Amino acid sequence: MKQKRRQGWTRFLKGYGCQSVLAPLFKLLEALFDLFVPLVVADIIDQGIARGDVPYILQRCGVLVGLAAVGLASAITAQWFAAQAAIGCASAMRHALFAHIQTLDFSQMDTLGGSTLITRLTSDINQVQNGVNMFLRLFMRSPFIVFGSVIMAFTIDRRAALIFVAAVPILALIVFGVMRLTSPLYRRTQGQLDHVLRLTRENLTGVRVVRAFGREDEEERQFCQENEELTRIQLRVGRLSALMNPLTYVVVNLAVVALLYVGAQQVEGGVLLSGDVYALVNYMSQILVELIKLANTIVLVSKALACAGRVQAVLDLEPQMTFPVEELPLTGEEAVSFSSVGLTYAGADGESLHDINFTLRRGETFGIIGGTGSGKTSVVNLIPRFYDATDGQVRLFGRDIKEYPQAQLRHAAAVVMQRPQLFSGTIRSNLLWGNAAASDKELWAALETAQAADFVREKPLGLDEPVEQGGRNLSGGQKQRLTIARALVGKPEILILDDSASALDFATDAALRKALGALPGNMTVVIVSQRTSSLQHADQILVLEDGRQAGLGRHEELLEKCPVYKEIYDSQFQKGGESA
Amino acid sequence: MNGKGGKKGQGVSADTLRRVLRHIRPYWAFLLLSLVLAAASVGTQLVVPILTGNAIDEMVGAGQVNFAALAEILGVIALSVAVTAAAQWGMNECNNRMAFCVSRDLRNAAIAKIQVLPLKYLDGHPTGDLVSRVIADVDVFSDGLLMGFTQLFSGILTIFGTVGFMLYIDVPIALVVIVITPLSIVTAAFIAYKSEKYFRRQSQVRGEQTALINEMIDGQKVVQAFHQEENIIQTFDEINDRLQFASLRAVFYSSLTNPTTRFVNSMVYAGVALFGALSAVRGGITVGGLSSFLGYANQYTKPFNEISGVVTELQNALTCAGRLFELLDEPEQTPDAPDAYDLQPQEVTGAVELAHVAFRYEAERPLIEDLNLQVKPGQHIAIVGPTGCGKTTLINLLMRFYDVADGAISVSGREIRGLTRRSLRRSYGMVLQDTWLKSGTIRENIAYGKPDATEEEIITAAKRAHAHSFIMRLPGGYDSVVSEDGGNLSQGQKQLLCIARVMLYLPPMLILDEATSSIDTRTELKIQDAFGQMMAGRTSFIVAHRLSTIREADVILVMRNGHIVEQGSHETLMAKDGFYAKLYNSQFEGVRI
Repeated sequence: MKQKRRQGWTRFLKGYGCQSVLAPLFKLLEALFDLFVPLVVADIIDQGIARGDVPYILQRCGVLVGLAAVGLASAITAQWFAAQAAIGCASAMRHALFAHIQTLDFSQMDTLGGSTLITRLTSDINQVQNGVNMFLRLFMRSPFIVFGSVIMAFTIDRRAALIFVAAVPILALIVFGVMRLTSPLYRRTQGQLDHVLRLTRENLTGVRVVRAFGREDEEERQFCQENEELTRIQLRVGRLSALMNPLTYVVVNLAVVALLYVGAQQVEGGVLLSGDVYALVNYMSQILVELIKLANTIVLVSKALACAGRVQAVLDLEPQMTFPVEELPLTGEEAVSFSSVGLTYAGADGESLHDINFTLRRGETFGIIGGTGSGKTSVVNLIPRFYDATDGQVRLFGRDIKEYPQAQLRHAAAVVMQRPQLFSGTIRSNLLWGNAAASDKELWAALETAQAADFVREKPLGLDEPVEQGGRNLSGGQKQRLTIARALVGKPEILILDDSASALDFATDAALRKALGALPGNMTVVIVSQRTSSLQHADQILVLEDGRQAGLGRHEELLEKCPVYKEIYDSQFQKGGESA
Repeated sequence: MNGKGGKKGQGVSADTLRRVLRHIRPYWAFLLLSLVLAAASVGTQLVVPILTGNAIDEMVGAGQVNFAALAEILGVIALSVAVTAAAQWGMNECNNRMAFCVSRDLRNAAIAKIQVLPLKYLDGHPTGDLVSRVIADVDVFSDGLLMGFTQLFSGILTIFGTVGFMLYIDVPIALVVIVITPLSIVTAAFIAYKSEKYFRRQSQVRGEQTALINEMIDGQKVVQAFHQEENIIQTFDEINDRLQFASLRAVFYSSLTNPTTRFVNSMVYAGVALFGALSAVRGGITVGGLSSFLGYANQYTKPFNEISGVVTELQNALTCAGRLFELLDEPEQTPDAPDAYDLQPQEVTGAVELAHVAFRYEAERPLIEDLNLQVKPGQHIAIVGPTGCGKTTLINLLMRFYDVADGAISVSGREIRGLTRRSLRRSYGMVLQDTWLKSGTIRENIAYGKPDATEEEIITAAKRAHAHSFIMRLPGGYDSVVSEDGGNLSQGQKQLLCIARVMLYLPPMLILDEATSSIDTRTELKIQDAFGQMMAGRTSFIVAHRLSTIREADVILVMRNGHIVEQGSHETLMAKDGFYAKLYNSQFEGVRI
């Protein structure tokens, strides 16, 4: 399973197989040239200076320059390949994830939640990019230099090399030990920082309540307390991680002292020359630099792996719904019919809908009413097949809803959702979502019906008036009316208004209903509302309570037979209130 | 650094720096100690190559090693290494203390500031932006400060120390090093300049992409409802390709810094090797001297790279600090007058008077003008009107969240600007449309206005707000934790808790702004009588959409465009057949559709 998963995300590197192999190879080449440098210098000291051989010195220095130049060239090549592979991989991953998210069904979106998807698409993939980049650059180089240095030490002198054999594990122990100890503490710091962030946000969003209750001092005190705790943890991690540099410095230099001592003995015995001692000292200092780089790479790579895993987890989600491809004629007279429909959301304890039955004929107006959480939106979401009923059957125009392709369903049944959502662009670009081929005349007609034409006309640019992200520059009521217009532009067979008039005042709401009624054609309309006044004249009203069907019928029938409906009605039109 | 850092907006940056220093002042002892320790650590660190060189000089050849002298040198090396390590650790500790404590102080200052900022400011600035100033900016600042302390000073000392030591060993070779070095800085600067262009483009495209992602994920259901998936993917891919192009270049160019500076470093190294060896041949410098030189040459360019990194970090840190200081510099709300009267609950009669009140959020858009209203103790005032007519504004003025521009508001015969804000606000109980809860337990939330409430009082309040039964159904009962902003509760449940919060601590006057908007009408009906009890004898201001809920009010204020257009009881207003009657009737207009 795990193996399979790794296969999963690394496939994005596949297109860059060549680069992923060449990058570390060129890095290795660079490292190899680095390793030769101390040997060349040792030669200069032992041969050139000792013999006073100036041409030899010149030649060896030329070699040094040559090594550096070749090193530079291979490093640049390596960086180019690594960058290509890392960024290409990240790009492919982002595309795949974004496209995959588009295929997730509503219940998967509910379970995941938007913010985590955004994090995965942005910062997680960036981490992967960084990780891949660093991995390609360093995973071969650093160990190569560490072990290379030890091996080089062995070629110079066996006794001195033993000091390396002792020092390298100690250094590794310190570097990895400190990191091991501090990483959980860093996580705690992050957790505490989140805590402080939450308090800050709360103080801002709740400022009215805080001030109304006069709790400013108490809030400040709580914040300072959490802030103090944050500082305390930060100091503790800081103290621990501050150990790394001094400790490794001590170990490396004590090793150098040992090298000098052993080296001196070997020089005394004529085994080594002083240039060799120099080379040994030099290798020792190289090891430290690379070990620290290696440790950092490991942190980065393990973070990147975790992030890649999070991305892969989303990619592994298979859409639960399948849709046929073949379009079917929408001929039946029964626009929507529910028979014994039940719905249990993924991860929920109980049913959100239970045994719902109704049949809605083409051209009828259907009302749905009920208290908060009674399942109104759940019923509505089944009509365009945003969710699949977990029990019973939903039929559209005489056929099982599962026989229609997705595009046809979404086109036939347009939902205006509770939360009016627009997208950045212009008013026109938003309306065109309903039907990309709509003419301006059709757009205006839709706006008229949705009671939005007046305010759009007042905008300096009319249809081309820009809409900011999320429609920030429009009021709630304006947004709501535009979303209604957007749905109308597609000329759907079934129009569903999910409490979409809540931000409209009574007069506009009434005018909207009047205009919808006056539309030509045979559109079926489903209206969800909390106001009985909005539904009074519907052909049928479905009354929901706690996900169960508490009544079905016309307004007058329900007033007589359905106590729940009557209670709702009375709560809005007090008993014996004036006749409507 | 100061001169270098402040090219753009020197004044601002210098000022920010001065203020940062002022915040560091309480920790000056740590700063001083840190500097001393940095000097000690750099000094002892730089001696090591020389000592190593000396040690090598003691090994002239076979049978010519001076072990006594060598032992002495090795002893000194060990000693200086110990000093370096100790000094380094001490320095880090001092720096941590300074950086973390200064950031803590800044965060505390920020939260204290938030408590006294006028609501005008808070309403006008996105919460996310303010939060990021207090959290993210301070965090970047603290990192930058830490890095600055740790590396800037010791980096500079290392450079000067190295140059000094090199000059001490051999002047001509030292000059070779000094001449080649600028090459490293020039190439690094060149690369930074080149890559900056791509970095800027990268962050711009990335911003564009993030905006798209945010918007589309947020609206994913609408995207699917309108079957726009293909179009969206196309837009995304177009941006994604541009991002790939810019990122590749940004990452590649910036990754050149390392190899090229290393190359320049190698050139320095080769130069030292050449001139050193030639000089050694002529007997100008010993082999040990050469090895010390090479040791220096090896590390010499490192601080240069570090410092250029540190300077960017520090500039970044200063920018962030600047953003926080901006917040700290915002004018505060006018403080309570020194002789402000602390209104006691028993003194609150419930009489409220608004005389010639005028108010506007934006200078050019008058909202409320010449508003007059007299509320007798215990009266219930309903405020109705279309969206944006100034209902909520009126409440902002009553609570003194905003100050009137003209005219005056009095409570119990006292002008509210002559009262302490706290005592004024404590006289009102407020339930708003926006149901804010604190993260914490249900119990803590209900007791928010009365932290010393007993268990019975809390439960009674919850029962009266019809919240008790759903609370008992929660897994932890009254100890259930409400997550941030009540995410795990439904909107209606949150509102019931807000009502319970006010029920527990019953102030003499009430403000209910769409208090039951998220509760379905049946539940609302159930708590109506609880509201009735609560409001009995208390002056109450009620804003509501549902006209049926306000018919009982003593006075109905009908607002339109900031003015009170009608005022009176339900019956008189209906009889008048004006704007109110029109509003009221529209809800019954069962238009056939």
